[in-house]
Amino acid sequence: MDLIMDNKIKIKSNNLNVFYGQKQALFDINLEINQNEVTALIGPSGCGKSTFIRCINRMNDVIDICRMEGQIQIDDKNIYDPGVDVVQLREKVGMVFQKPNPFPKSIYENVSYGPKIHGIGESKDDLDQIVENSLKRAALWNEVKDRLEEPGTSLSGGQQQRLCIARAISVNPEIILMDEPCSALDPIATAKIEELIDELKKTFTIVIVTHSMAQAVRVSQKTGFFHMGKVIEVGTTEQIFKNPTNNMTQDYITGRFG
Amino acid sequence: MTKEQRLKKRYSAEKRFKAYGIISVCAALLFVGILVFKVFSEGSGAFVKTAIQLELDLSKEKLNLPEKPTKEDFENIDFYDFAQQHILKIYPAITTKEKKELLTLFSSDFEYEVKDFILSNQNLIGQKVFFKITAASDLDQMHKGNYTRDIPEERRKVSNFQLTIYDFLLKENKISKIFNNYLFSNGDSRNPEIAGIGGAMLGSFFSIIVCLIISFPIALLAAVYLEEFAPKNAFTDFIEININNLAAVPSIVFGLLGLGILLNVFELPRSTSLVGGITLALMTLPRIIIPCRASLKAVPPSIREGALAVGASKVQSVMHHVVPLAMPGTLSGTIIGLAQALGETAPLLLIGMVAFVVQVPGTPMDPSSSLPVQVYLWSESAERGFVEKTSATIMMLLGFLIAMNSIAVYARQKFEKKWI
Repeated sequence: MDLIMDNKIKIKSNNLNVFYGQKQALFDINLEINQNEVTALIGPSGCGKSTFIRCINRMNDVIDICRMEGQIQIDDKNIYDPGVDVVQLREKVGMVFQKPNPFPKSIYENVSYGPKIHGIGESKDDLDQIVENSLKRAALWNEVKDRLEEPGTSLSGGQQQRLCIARAISVNPEIILMDEPCSALDPIATAKIEELIDELKKTFTIVIVTHSMAQAVRVSQKTGFFHMGKVIEVGTTEQIFKNPTNNMTQDYITGRFG
Repeated sequence: MTKEQRLKKRYSAEKRFKAYGIISVCAALLFVGILVFKVFSEGSGAFVKTAIQLELDLSKEKLNLPEKPTKEDFENIDFYDFAQQHILKIYPAITTKEKKELLTLFSSDFEYEVKDFILSNQNLIGQKVFFKITAASDLDQMHKGNYTRDIPEERRKVSNFQLTIYDFLLKENKISKIFNNYLFSNGDSRNPEIAGIGGAMLGSFFSIIVCLIISFPIALLAAVYLEEFAPKNAFTDFIEININNLAAVPSIVFGLLGLGILLNVFELPRSTSLVGGITLALMTLPRIIIPCRASLKAVPPSIREGALAVGASKVQSVMHHVVPLAMPGTLSGTIIGLAQALGETAPLLLIGMVAFVVQVPGTPMDPSSSLPVQVYLWSESAERGFVEKTSATIMMLLGFLIAMNSIAVYARQKFEKKWI
């Protein structure tokens, strides 16, 4: 069953160029990301993977010196159109960061914050339900259900990261961006997150930046290799890791540089 | 040089450096110790006052009251005459000079003390009661041992005749030291024995409240805007440099500003704690903005990103997350800024809070003094009685400063501990 061919394109970037001040970080990125799939972005440090995914939810808007040209389309609509509201975009495109960053508030408040500000949960019961569902889907419910009032920062690193995933899915996004979500975690916590990603792709489109080739192989269906701000090669994960067409990709995945 | 020699040299250099550090800490502590000791040893006397016991005959004949006295009758009593008669009975004084000397052993306010006592104790009418009257400052200072009596009479403030009375009263056990309530309830006075810092304390309190109400919200909002929203360009750089410079501007310049703008242009009432508070707020603003910005900056960017990533708007991420997290820093910065304002003298001199104010202010719109200005005023007085009052005022001022700084430390720890 070749799911990949059937999938429709969720995110599409057209000739995306990004600059930090004078320095160009991304060069003519053209990339298509399929719905309900995990797309892994690999490449050496500073190659622009993180910059790229931060463009998808316009997180780079926060950085004063950051400037971009070109388009990113989600469901065929350019998210950089003047009429697009960033807050609504980010409700649709959630993000999980490299270092777990729960709010220094209770576990409950961490998950209920998003629904609250978007008016998704009207009553306390609704919110309770959303918190429970989100934590369940983030495979954290059983560990924290008796201590929802404790600070989110009191959890272990892996739990904190799953709390951040719960926070991201609490507002029912369509896309989840993950920026090296396991780089600060130990192997056991990493395994749990990877399992979770596999589960989540049934509902969400996931883009994950990773430094671990093994992780890309384990979790993703499609892989893009970035180098020096350019996309060198994109393809199914199997193809990229088994017979890459580009020499640089070959060198990178075999560990000859990067 | 051999390896051993180098090693030895390095060790001795380290020891020497440590010793320098210890010496400087000790020197600093010594100076603080001297200051505190001097202030306390001089000022502690001001918290008690010398009082002379009088036996008052509160019979209706003596007070010239009818059988059924009305309120008006009480108002019409000649309290001066009444008090004077009782004072003169305490020791036989014959000549006018002697009578005068006897009377000047008592506080110049003895008439009012007696009046207040009688009006608030009308149930005692008809009885004979003992009442303690505040002694004059010169007697007070002698009783506390601040004047020596072993010098010729013409160089003494207390005459030989007065000394005789004093010794007689001492023997009769009629002189005692009691708590000096005037220190906290009264305003300034020309007579040290009835001068107090009540007015100055209220003046300082009103000024600080006005200063807090004006400076805290403005400073916090300015800091939030500059740190979170303002674009980084030449204009905001210029503002930042100016804020840093303003924090270093001598405080007297703000006094000139207050004089020129608040008093001369807006014609606000002179010498009031309202104007004082506004002037202090101008001075304190940059000193609060700087720590507020620092504590906002110290909030990790990951918190902002986390909030933005779930779709919080910029204002929501700042108000829901960044500002509450920066609260310990902003609060302690504000309190320390206010503590500086509390100790500030120069700007208040220029807007007229240095005036001689006897009335205790009831509102920020009344003329008043402030604690540091009171220190300045009394330190210039020649009378011996004001010396201990000056030190007592310094003690109160230091007490308030220590209290405010402790609150700042407490606030910081309390709010920070919450999530660690």
